[in-house]
Amino acid sequence: MSATTLPAVAAPRSRPGLLRRFRRYPLPSIGAILLLALVVSALAAPWIAPHDPFEMNVVDRLVPPGADYTFGTDAYGRDIFSRTLHGGRVSLFIGVSVAIASTAIGLLIGVVAGYFRMADAILMRVMDGLMAIPGILLAIALMSLTRASIWVVIVAITIPEVPRVVRLVRAVVLTVREQVYIEAATAIGTRFPRLMWRHILPNTVAPLIVQATYIAASAVLVESYLSFLGVGTPPEVPSWGNIIAEGRLYVQIAFWNILFPSIFLALMVLSINVLGDGLRDMLDPRLARRL
Amino acid sequence: MTEQPILALEGLRTEFATGQGAPVVAVNDLSLTLKRGETLCIVGESGCGKSLTALSILRLLPRPYGRIGGGRVLLEGRDLAQATDAEMRQIRGRAISMIFQEPMTSLNPVLTIGRQIAETVMVHEGLDWTACMGRALEMLRQVRIPEPERRLHEYPHQLSGGMRQRVMIAMALACRPRVLLADEPTTALDVTIQAQILDLVRDLQAETGAAVILITHDLGVVAEMADRVLVMYAGHKVEEGSVEEIFDAPAHPYTQGLMQAMPHLGSGEHRSRLNEIAGVVPALNARPPGCSFAPRCGLATDRCRQEMPPLTGLGGTHMAACWAAGGSQA
Amino acid sequence: MGSYIARRILATLPVLGVVAVIVFLLLRLSPGDPAAIIAGDHATADDIAQIRRELGLDRPLLEQFILWLGQLLSGDFGNSIYLDRPVLGLIAERVEPTLALSLTTMAFAILLAIPAGVVAAWRAGSWVDQAFMALSVLAFSVPVFLIGYGLVMGLSLGLDILPVQGFVSLWDDPLGFAAHLVLPTVALGLVYTALLARITRATMLETLNEDFIRTARAKGLAEPRVLILHALKNASVPIVTTIGTGIALLIGGVVVTESVFAIPGIGRLTIDAVLQRDYPVIQGVILVIAGIYVFVNLAIDLTYSLLDPRIRY
Repeated sequence: MSATTLPAVAAPRSRPGLLRRFRRYPLPSIGAILLLALVVSALAAPWIAPHDPFEMNVVDRLVPPGADYTFGTDAYGRDIFSRTLHGGRVSLFIGVSVAIASTAIGLLIGVVAGYFRMADAILMRVMDGLMAIPGILLAIALMSLTRASIWVVIVAITIPEVPRVVRLVRAVVLTVREQVYIEAATAIGTRFPRLMWRHILPNTVAPLIVQATYIAASAVLVESYLSFLGVGTPPEVPSWGNIIAEGRLYVQIAFWNILFPSIFLALMVLSINVLGDGLRDMLDPRLARRL
Repeated sequence: MTEQPILALEGLRTEFATGQGAPVVAVNDLSLTLKRGETLCIVGESGCGKSLTALSILRLLPRPYGRIGGGRVLLEGRDLAQATDAEMRQIRGRAISMIFQEPMTSLNPVLTIGRQIAETVMVHEGLDWTACMGRALEMLRQVRIPEPERRLHEYPHQLSGGMRQRVMIAMALACRPRVLLADEPTTALDVTIQAQILDLVRDLQAETGAAVILITHDLGVVAEMADRVLVMYAGHKVEEGSVEEIFDAPAHPYTQGLMQAMPHLGSGEHRSRLNEIAGVVPALNARPPGCSFAPRCGLATDRCRQEMPPLTGLGGTHMAACWAAGGSQA
Repeated sequence: MGSYIARRILATLPVLGVVAVIVFLLLRLSPGDPAAIIAGDHATADDIAQIRRELGLDRPLLEQFILWLGQLLSGDFGNSIYLDRPVLGLIAERVEPTLALSLTTMAFAILLAIPAGVVAAWRAGSWVDQAFMALSVLAFSVPVFLIGYGLVMGLSLGLDILPVQGFVSLWDDPLGFAAHLVLPTVALGLVYTALLARITRATMLETLNEDFIRTARAKGLAEPRVLILHALKNASVPIVTTIGTGIALLIGGVVVTESVFAIPGIGRLTIDAVLQRDYPVIQGVILVIAGIYVFVNLAIDLTYSLLDPRIRY
């Protein structure tokens, strides 16, 4: 872009290596380590949680954090720390499921839209329509349709996320088609599956991984919002949003009910987002400019 | 020779900080003087440090890595390398102006032509906006833009490349600078437009008495415009002299190479590049210990590869930095 | 220009149409009998049959849709099942707090994000830039209710300056109105601020590398003028676009924020409607919000030519 021809510098480009990577991308690396810790603590919850997350104890209601209960107890005397650890499992499961589901569905629709002109117009109008409805509002509406369960939550969060993936995939497919056709006239005769495997999928992998990471972060957050509003995961499931929703009533006298699960929630979303930023910078500099 | 030069560089050193270790040097120990009304051409291939020399004078090196690492930039005896940022802003666009290579991208696409010229005047002369726009109109007339009243309110994308370069010139000269730095002002333009723009620069120079540093890789432009010539290679000055001295007896093999690569005027082979110098300018951080040109030079000896040749006088104002050139004159 | 506006307005029709279809199908395609869901757990078969008749659920799907669309176009968004009042009236009653909160939040975010993004881009790589960008990822990740309750707790501990709950109408008490909006605005605004600051920084970074920025500096212009007049104006189109598309994010946050601060707005209306399975209200809210979203973004589209003369219609 610049008209001044800067003298060529044979810059010492980064060489791979774990420590070097870490120093080059300190923030994403910290994010990855933090996320790993949260994932391990969630997966190991049944073994490391000091109490049964469902066990009520009328004597120990709303006990402040201390020696017996690290994060205190809730209005039913249940241990917040144990519930928070188990809540991580729910959030993680929902985050990963939504990321995979919306990426898979988005990939499918995006490829169809990018490849078949006829379907494109209709599919993209539908996507425009979906995008015109704020995601949380649509998810709330979807939640009202049937009895709440984790699976319904996953569907409700997935649907609003799909259009963004579709747009991304479609853009890649269109670019790749152009390039392939310019590259070789014979490519016109290339069969669709071959084009798909050889050219389209490899080009979508990097942006999709980045996008899926952001979607996972967003899904964890949206699940907590839905539960917080009372229209999410069924109340008996100890998801972070549910723990916080129950704790709202006692926020003035027992802030630990919402503080600790909120912090875990924030840390998980933060670590996934930071990891996403890092992946974006490493995998896809072009995407980095968009946001 | 007693007249004080309007601009002088003394041992200018421009460098870029790198992540680790010593900075890389882009312009090394460069000295030059420029007198009132004079045109000095700086010649060399891209990557030789010509543009960075101009940007160093205005202290507009790319942030945050570029910096002046040594030497002095004297504007009428005052060292700009030591000036404050506020003082530099006073000088830019007023005492020293610059025209850039790419007229297509060097004008702001979302502001009108008139506004872009007038704001220079406003910043430096503190006139009211109407007066500044009046000056802008006057400048558009001076650079011979047809229908200047209309153009004043147009945007850059509505003008052709040649017109935009005229606007750049109008903008640069709006505050009557004493020095004009022109960095490849015609490279991006059609051949016929090139000649018109060069004529315009020469005429305006005669009118305003500005001294011009013209940066180019085109020896045809040099022959047409220059009083004196400075040849740069890999950040070093390798030859300097009057335009006659350089064209009559180029002393440095690099200058000779450039001459041979130049299509002969009138031969009808304008764009064909015969006898191009083989090889490329070495990267900043990969410069050989001796003469930088040695790897591409047919006359290079072991001494050239190990020891940097100093600038040596060749009689008159002519000097060159080459072991072979010094030897042949002695 | 005129024909462009007409074309752009026409282009929003399919989007609105799709929204209408989605909203219509929401209820009809739900697993289970919508009439039974609406009627609730203790309804008799007769109750369910009556609801089905009332909602026209016993007719063919296409007929239902056309009837419904016709009602929408004549301004009839149906009646709330629970309150038995027109949906549009219910929405209108709740619009003030939501609109007020959205507007103050946008103003707050724009005033904070654009300077932050500009400075971060200007000093890219410096500690200021890194601090701003770290804060923006943080703001993006911290749930609205944590910020909200944090503010509530912080203020309730010592200072009693600001009300922490509820809403007061501008027409009743302008000062109280403003006071009630401060905390929700801050809580909600940070996410939107982070979004705008990131896009501002990214586009400014690109713009600051342009040749004309160097030209502006070579003319002797001071940095504020270079940054604001020369760079920010060039970077404005993507920033303004993000302000528009970010409204979707904002609305989601509004729903949660209204819940945290007990603000009786459209968010509360929606949640109550979902809990009561009051489908006409849910549908009405989605249609109105999506309509606003589409038209705000249309309006933003039409301002592009003011911001960038190269964009011609």
